[in-house]
Amino acid sequence: MTEHDPEQLNVAPGAPHDSMLSETLSYVIGLALALILTGVSFWVASTSSLWGPGVAVGLVVLAIAQMGIHLVFFLHITSGPDNTNNVLALAFGVLIVFLVMIGTIWIMSHMNANMLPGPEMTNLQMQH
Amino acid sequence: MTTEAATIGLTHGGSEDTGLGHRGPESKSIVVPYGFWLFVLSDMVLFSALFATYAALSNATDGGPTSNQLFDRNLVAIETIALLMSSFVCGLAMITAKRKNMAWTQIWLLVTGLLGAVFLFIELYEFAKMIGEGAPPQRSAFLSAFFTLVGCHGAHVTAGLLWIGTMMAQIWAKGFQEHIMRRLLCLSVFWHALDIIWVAIFTIVYLIGTLP
Repeated sequence: MTEHDPEQLNVAPGAPHDSMLSETLSYVIGLALALILTGVSFWVASTSSLWGPGVAVGLVVLAIAQMGIHLVFFLHITSGPDNTNNVLALAFGVLIVFLVMIGTIWIMSHMNANMLPGPEMTNLQMQH
Repeated sequence: MTTEAATIGLTHGGSEDTGLGHRGPESKSIVVPYGFWLFVLSDMVLFSALFATYAALSNATDGGPTSNQLFDRNLVAIETIALLMSSFVCGLAMITAKRKNMAWTQIWLLVTGLLGAVFLFIELYEFAKMIGEGAPPQRSAFLSAFFTLVGCHGAHVTAGLLWIGTMMAQIWAKGFQEHIMRRLLCLSVFWHALDIIWVAIFTIVYLIGTLP
């Protein structure tokens, strides 16, 4: 016999809450926030009242915020002690994702800027 | 000595050490979804490589059509709403499944699948339209990267739809047994993860790609 109930110490990602009300509320809040962020994203992308060069950065920030909403309200990832394993796995995943994306974009943009004469040549080099 | 160790939680009361920590392994209902969570995260790493490829090649149009000429934001908005609602309804199905309500679980899973099918239908329509307009994957590096990234997500959605159908049949035939509930939880994690990846796609590919 173990003195602790293992269910209390860890929860599975996406595992439903015990209370139906808090569970439903979580999904409704998540849906509302996700809809708002989606709406703002589409508005930001189509309006001309914002400073042009900042729009792309703003869109990326909105997307990351919406991913956070999905993780918290739909997948029930929390900062609680029963979620430590899920959060650590997520943190490692996010680390690799950022390394791959930022590393590639950084290196490839420098290659394009430094090694090729112009956009026309870039297109020729990257036909396939 | 043994009783002292047991009271501070170092051994099982009287049983041998399992070598898996003093409490022994977690139950299957924790270990299986956690393992699936690791799979989902590595799937996101796979997508990050496709995103990186797309970002590096998005201007390599080889004189062909550009993202501004090809993408229709209205269609993307409908796709986004369909997939978001699908993700939400999948959560409702989980809530009713936990309460072992057969009718509502089947209905919500069916709605989840139908909204996913709407998403997939619009995506395939968009692909067919692009190919018809002379923008197939072999036209330029940009289009190869686009079809690989968005097509890979579409393939995941297709697999998810098949999985939803399978789960509906299994719940119907076997009821809300523990191993069925584990599979259903994995399905919901998979489905929510697809929506998270779609958020990145509609932002990076469609919105940033069609900025004036």
